[in-house]
Amino acid sequence: MDYMLKSLKVAIWFMFLTFPVVVIKVNTIENVVIWRWHNMFYMGISIFFVSMVWRYFLQRKEMSGKKEKTDEKTFTQSIMENPVMFKSVSGGILAVLCVLPFITDSYQINILTVALMYIVLGLGLNIVVGLAGLLDLGFVAFYAVGAYTYALLNHHFGLSFWIVLPIGGSLAAIFGILLGFPVLRLRGDYLAIVTLGFGEIIRLVLENWNDFSMGPSGIANIDRPTFFGMDLTLNQSTIYIYFLMILFTIFTIFFVNRLQNSRIGRAWLALREDETACQAMGVGKTRTKLMAFALGAAWAGLMGVVFAAKTTFINPASFTFLESAIILSVVVLGGMGSIPGVILGALIMILLPEYLRAFSEYRMLVFGGAMVVMMVFRPQGLVSNFRRKYSFHSADTDGRFGR
Amino acid sequence: MEGLVDNMEHILDVKGLTMDFGGLRAVDSVDLYVDKQEIVALIGPNGAGKTTFFNCITGIYNPSQGDIRALTHSGAVARLNGLKPNRVTERGLARTFQNIRLFPTMTVLENVMIGKHCRMKAKVLGALFRDKKTRAEELKAANESYDILEKIGLANVCDEQACNLPYGDQRKLEIARAMATEPSILLLDEPAAGMNPQETVELTDLIRQIRNEENISILLIEHDMKLVMNLSERIYVMDHGQKIAEGTPIEIRNNPEVIKAYLGEDMDA
Amino acid sequence: MEYFLELFLGGLTRGSIYALIALGYTMVYGIIQLINFAHGEIYMIGAFTALIFASVLSILGWPALAIFVVATAAAVLYSSAYGYTIEKIAYTPLRNAPRLSPLISAIGMSLFLQNYVLLAQTSDFLPFPQLIPDFEFMEPISHIFSSAELAIVLTTVIVMLLLTYYIKFTNMGKAMRATAQDKTMALLIGINVDRVISVTFIIGSSLAALGGVLIANHIGQVNFYIGFIAGIKAFTAAVLGGIGSIPGAVLGALILGWTESFATGYISSDYEDVFAFGLLVLILIFRPAGLLGRSETKKV
Repeated sequence: MDYMLKSLKVAIWFMFLTFPVVVIKVNTIENVVIWRWHNMFYMGISIFFVSMVWRYFLQRKEMSGKKEKTDEKTFTQSIMENPVMFKSVSGGILAVLCVLPFITDSYQINILTVALMYIVLGLGLNIVVGLAGLLDLGFVAFYAVGAYTYALLNHHFGLSFWIVLPIGGSLAAIFGILLGFPVLRLRGDYLAIVTLGFGEIIRLVLENWNDFSMGPSGIANIDRPTFFGMDLTLNQSTIYIYFLMILFTIFTIFFVNRLQNSRIGRAWLALREDETACQAMGVGKTRTKLMAFALGAAWAGLMGVVFAAKTTFINPASFTFLESAIILSVVVLGGMGSIPGVILGALIMILLPEYLRAFSEYRMLVFGGAMVVMMVFRPQGLVSNFRRKYSFHSADTDGRFGR
Repeated sequence: MEGLVDNMEHILDVKGLTMDFGGLRAVDSVDLYVDKQEIVALIGPNGAGKTTFFNCITGIYNPSQGDIRALTHSGAVARLNGLKPNRVTERGLARTFQNIRLFPTMTVLENVMIGKHCRMKAKVLGALFRDKKTRAEELKAANESYDILEKIGLANVCDEQACNLPYGDQRKLEIARAMATEPSILLLDEPAAGMNPQETVELTDLIRQIRNEENISILLIEHDMKLVMNLSERIYVMDHGQKIAEGTPIEIRNNPEVIKAYLGEDMDA
Repeated sequence: MEYFLELFLGGLTRGSIYALIALGYTMVYGIIQLINFAHGEIYMIGAFTALIFASVLSILGWPALAIFVVATAAAVLYSSAYGYTIEKIAYTPLRNAPRLSPLISAIGMSLFLQNYVLLAQTSDFLPFPQLIPDFEFMEPISHIFSSAELAIVLTTVIVMLLLTYYIKFTNMGKAMRATAQDKTMALLIGINVDRVISVTFIIGSSLAALGGVLIANHIGQVNFYIGFIAGIKAFTAAVLGGIGSIPGAVLGALILGWTESFATGYISSDYEDVFAFGLLVLILIFRPAGLLGRSETKKV
């Protein structure tokens, strides 16, 4: 009963809190006030239940905090750790992905391509945020660098997609290093703000430096990627880019997976957990952070080139903070540091609003809220990361390790 | 100054080390040396400047004055003033922390492997291609780390997350992690803090074993006088940032200055 | 010379607004070391609330001064209620979490609030009624310094003085300073830290709401996105002066205001925001502790 009463109080508080914004709407042209009392009613009811659920989970979280952590295997973990399962599951997914273009239309393929791009972008940002623990809020700046590199080089010099792809990636990495070098010694929260500022600077420069970037009107008629010199029809090209993205995604997953179990990947994780201790153990702080920053930036740059080639038109409006926020929520919702998590995060973020049209309007509201809820209740994300286990055979005197 | 081979027999030689924080002198021209295979203790009341002294030698603070030299593996003398902590570690000094600073969500083995970081070379491309050299290096690092864990008695939990270990084991893991950096001198900041008497005895044996078998010198800060008197060959005493005494355990025990500094604190040994 | 004066006064006005918002950042940061990303949104909600109340009241035919008082009071009330609630939902449960968690939570909260206002109201710019009348004595210089601007500067000065008094001399102010220095110690000597944090959010939010009302009255329009840019700029001001320092926030805000004003006046107005962000990046690189901030010593 006490429990209910508390929720009732919360509900009333929120009805008060949301009153002006949710209930009143003023039409300033005709000077009439629209009173939407029904909204207040809905708000009260929903907050009442949300509050009960919220406090239930909060209590449960506190309880489990005291308990010894159980080392249960999660569903994904058991798939990942069983090579047969892993091969069959990923093979199955791959097969379905390859068949899709021949059974659906190019609209669907386009959506899937976008989802794949966000997977790759998410995995790129995951290196920076998830592995190295550097909160980068200006990730989209590097994406813009890649996109504009291709757009400008293609527009002025007619350079092709395949030539610009590595250039875009490297240029973004160089930007990453240039920004990172002075900034990475700052504390984490300052880094977040500086990267945010940097992202905005890049966008504003692109918007205002008309001679260079053609301003807000953007650059149109960018060439699509060619297939061994052949020009493709629009439909063919859509499918072509789709397959390119599949390859790209596989390569990225492969690379990031290898990275996180390597010398440098371990150093990132250690740096994320305790900077001082990590440095005292002989890990060069600046160099290691810079590496993460540059790699993440390079990935964004590569995706930028693909983006420009896919849409054939870019303008600064594609590179706002919102874009950075979306990519960040992909990583945060899915699970920082976890590859399957990021993939799941990207699919939810991109496919859900696409297929639930009614929902798309509420997208950022829900994802903003989800970021808060995630941090409060499940900071490890939907799919938590797990560390690789080494198997030693202690019978062997020199202790061999497998896998 | 590096490479200057004056017949330095000390493995660590600190001269006139001074550290100021604004107007406060936390460490006041302290001289200290550690010889090869020696166990040396640095004691003193709380706030005497011991940990600050450690932080100066390990590069976390840049000392205001003084000279820190160490004998590296190659036999060259390296000046450590103003080096970054990781550079200091590369030159053969490794440390533990007063308040445990492990990497909590990484496994025990990975914690130790971080110590190996500065002795490995693999780059990003190595991680991507996993060529023969990278794999061999990785294997070697993992095996050596595992060996250290075996020696220290944590091999059976090598896949556990570090944060799930009991307190005493976390302290031991810090030592293991420091040993993985292949140091010539190990700096332990209150290794026995919070341990029960049984664990402290085990720790004493462990430290002695490290010195004897691994050929590593030890400099430790400790409040447990029993452990200090038992273990160390020489003792330095600090108070109010200054060195007030040095000598063998017996000398220190009978030094009136030291007794005065510790008055009120128990010296059961 | 008159152009210079105009830019100077314009910068002063801007700086005053930034100061009102920056204080919220700096106070919260001082106490819980969190960049409250949602603070800009509090400011936006303050402006929106004032707009809604003012419109309703003016349709009901109230006199301008009464509208101004009620709308401002409502804005302050609601903004502090939002600030208080946000702290309870998004930050309190994360008090002991790793540093990145509350930061991400704050970003989520900021996105949520923006879209909440966008969905419940509109994405259009809404005209904000002029609430502060043009004073007659301002007539001779009104072309370079309007009554609304005068109100902004005066309000800021008064608020600053009150705040300084509050922090220096009241019990709650002392508790705040104690909490900012050492939260554990404050707890041990019997300070109700939760309450101190709540009060800090409430004060910070009220100031932001005042800023919101004044700037909306000055510029004459409001939309859901104004909090984002204003938030970053105010944060820049706070960092510039040394985050955690109250006089620093004011100083930083004024410097930022003048920098923007003169740079747009003499160089180019296209890059208005670039100057602010550029300044932010530079200050963080060369003097991360800010102008009046103390650099902290790493404790190991």
